[in-house]
Amino acid sequence: MILETRDLKKYYPITGGIFKKEVGQVKAVDGVSLKIERGECLGLVGESGCGKTTFGKTLLRLLDPTSGHIYFDVPEEVKVRTGEKERRHDLATFKGRRLKDMRKRMQIVFQDPSSSLNPRMLIKDTVGEPLKVHGLARGLELRKRVLELLNRVGLTSDHLFRYPHEFSGGQRQRIAIARALATEPDLIVLDEPTSALDVSVQAQILNLLQDLQKQFGLTYLFITHHLLVVEYISHRIAVMYLGRIVELARTKGLFENPLHPYTQALLSAIPIPDPEVRSHRTILKGDVPSPIDPPSGCVFRTRCFMAARECKERIPDLVSLGDEHYVACHRVRSKSREPAHPSQNDVKR
Amino acid sequence: MPKLLEVEDLKMNFYTYEGIVQALDRINLNVREGEILGLVGETGCGKSVTALSILRLIRPPGRIEKGKVIFRMKDRLDESKQGMNLLDQDEVFMQKVRGNEISMIFQEPSAALNPVYSIRDQVSESFLLHREKELCQKALKRIEEDIKKETFFLKKAILKMERGIYLKMIENPSSFFLKFLSFIPGVRRYNRRVLEEAKIESIEILRILGISHPEEVVMRYPHELSGGMQQRVVIAMALACNPTLLIADEPTSNLDVTIQAQILDLVRKLRQEFGSSILFITHDLGVVAEMCERVVVMYAGHIAEVAPVRSLFQKPLHPYTQGLLKSVPRPGRKDRLQSIKGSVPNLISPPSGCRFHPRCPSVMTRCSGAKPSLKEIEKNRLVACYLYHQETEKNDT
Ligand SMILES: Nc1ncnc2c1ncn2[C@@H]1O[C@H](COP(=O)(O)OP(=O)(O)OP(=O)(O)O)[C@@H](O)[C@H]1O
Ligand SMILES: Nc1ncnc2c1ncn2[C@@H]1O[C@H](COP(=O)(O)OP(=O)(O)O)[C@@H](O)[C@H]1O
Ligand code: SF4
Ligand code: SF4
Ligand SMILES: [Mg+2]
Ligand SMILES: [Mg+2]
Repeated sequence: MILETRDLKKYYPITGGIFKKEVGQVKAVDGVSLKIERGECLGLVGESGCGKTTFGKTLLRLLDPTSGHIYFDVPEEVKVRTGEKERRHDLATFKGRRLKDMRKRMQIVFQDPSSSLNPRMLIKDTVGEPLKVHGLARGLELRKRVLELLNRVGLTSDHLFRYPHEFSGGQRQRIAIARALATEPDLIVLDEPTSALDVSVQAQILNLLQDLQKQFGLTYLFITHHLLVVEYISHRIAVMYLGRIVELARTKGLFENPLHPYTQALLSAIPIPDPEVRSHRTILKGDVPSPIDPPSGCVFRTRCFMAARECKERIPDLVSLGDEHYVACHRVRSKSREPAHPSQNDVKR
Repeated sequence: MPKLLEVEDLKMNFYTYEGIVQALDRINLNVREGEILGLVGETGCGKSVTALSILRLIRPPGRIEKGKVIFRMKDRLDESKQGMNLLDQDEVFMQKVRGNEISMIFQEPSAALNPVYSIRDQVSESFLLHREKELCQKALKRIEEDIKKETFFLKKAILKMERGIYLKMIENPSSFFLKFLSFIPGVRRYNRRVLEEAKIESIEILRILGISHPEEVVMRYPHELSGGMQQRVVIAMALACNPTLLIADEPTSNLDVTIQAQILDLVRKLRQEFGSSILFITHDLGVVAEMCERVVVMYAGHIAEVAPVRSLFQKPLHPYTQGLLKSVPRPGRKDRLQSIKGSVPNLISPPSGCRFHPRCPSVMTRCSGAKPSLKEIEKNRLVACYLYHQETEKNDT
């Protein structure tokens, strides 16, 4: 375990009126308990606005959580070096120096490489900045480290003295990755790192990320809405809907045996790049409800084809069904007794 | 199948400050009647520009240099039935073609909707613009019914007068008489029945498009709708005129998968119902495999390959298509992805000859010389690559 969240919540206030009084809350992340194992790639999937980015940023304390805990496990050797006594740190309570030190161990790479890089900064300064900020290298040493980092992501010394706009999207994403690697972090949050790229370039970046993970034993939280990408790169996958985790399983288990109705619909909606495959498709009705006023009970019930009375009354917990498979649905356990019939929603093609 | 649209040797440039962007070079493609033709390629390869050229919506600094866009219309606009070159027509004619014959759906639905008008106003507007006659006829029918029901003679007389106006409207909607009427108080709103019909039609089409409670939704404004609903409204507006050809430029690229599934399902149903031909532009090979019958693969302003969808996925010919197919993650597969080295070139100074040659794994010496022509090497399979034939494109003169 490298990191664990316990009932993590992040609500954004909605203000209104002339006094900017709080009139409501966007429940962007609403009680997420998730463990990330050291050295794994955990995929986080879900539709737009379900709270993926908010979760990623809150983990790194780029946003302050509304409530909940973020336990971060420091490797043994670091503990020995810094003389830390506690085994776990609750990142949610950290401030100042301690927070800055912890941030060194966690980095984030954003979707749009052009907006996350400073357009007026040379590449060598962009990549070297985190080293300077954390006082990890200076002068000649800094030069050497930056070049090393660029080499790692497939760039060369030719690129040192250029500006971001001189690079293609894929190259800019490489620069962003090099920058994230600078402080030798344990955990990197990758927020849709390939969504703005073309497929042929996406493959290059996915391969690079995999190589880096193997080489440096990195841990990834890979956020995406692209299910085939997450299947390719992740060891485990968490499915998010309206601020909550609805299913968590090993990649193979999830794709072969999706249990939550939302996951089932999500997987069946993937366009498969093979004209011979004509999948059975579950088409969901309607849209994702607003996170300002989510439905009572199970948040998915307004679109669920299996919804029953109890779904309105109680919020389902994320429970283990064995084999590292977790589901938050009232009706999955009773499935053997009552087979689900999503017939009226099924469209045969 | 007869060809509805033929694009021949289309070439277009953008004259920008940095230089001439050679956005399209010798584009050849055709859309057959009743088919869904896919146009795929990576960002910036010229898919949108192709669509805009067909509709003559290219704005300066862009200019169509040469080529033909032959279109066969259903309407009496085209007497010869031989098809006419849209590039030779004037703007007035093109305005009739856009909407009446060819409709377009854009990637960003919010850009196609006007934020200050309600959904009802916008969808009705499309109906009024393109199907006024039909609406008048419907209104007339309603007047006839009312006349039959009405017993009070004065009201009957008013209705009969109204009937007269509507008969005029059907005959010649832009007549001087009607313009004159619109100045007289009392009868100024003579066309309210048509507006009423347009409203009914709008609600009906939104219902067909799977929007629940359309009566309530039409009263809202674009920003009050989600992306998926906005895109449905845009589709409704595009379909309002029952186009012969529908051009959909990445209609689902900004939507979530579950919403994308709804829209794709819808487009498929509509094709069956309305019988339109569709030019479907996308960068997603999964969507292509699901939606299209034939596929045109574009690369850097050139056409690389044209093939029926099954043969394209089974046996891609062009090295670019091969690379593209190898670089997409597939369900249940964990083996390492193969990527194409480098990235899409800048079209201000595109590579010579075959524009793919700097990235091609099978590049030969002649590839950087002259451009290989797009040649049919099997039935229905066209490819522009020297691995399959030796024909070069003649130089521009
Ligand atoms: N600064 C903010 N103030 C108020 N609400 C916000 C803010 N940032 C995000 N939200 C809301 O919180 C919810 C979750 O947003 P978030 O960006 O985490 O979603 P996401 O899953 O990353 O979506 P996407 O796939 O579109 O990136 C959304 O409803 C969003 O509108
Ligand atoms: N208004 C414009 N001015 C200059 N260049 C343009 C303009 N619109 C498009 N281009 C260029 O034309 C090429 C094709 O663009 P486009 O058709 O939008 O690509 P896509 O295949 O992604 O739809 C690109 O190189 C793009 O930069
Ligand atoms: S708890 Fe009920 S509404 Fe929620 S997913 Fe399960 S069956 Fe559907
Ligand atoms: S023409 Fe040459 S460079 Fe172009 S795709 Fe064929 S082999 Fe490759
Ligand atoms: Mg996000
Ligand atoms: Mg485009």
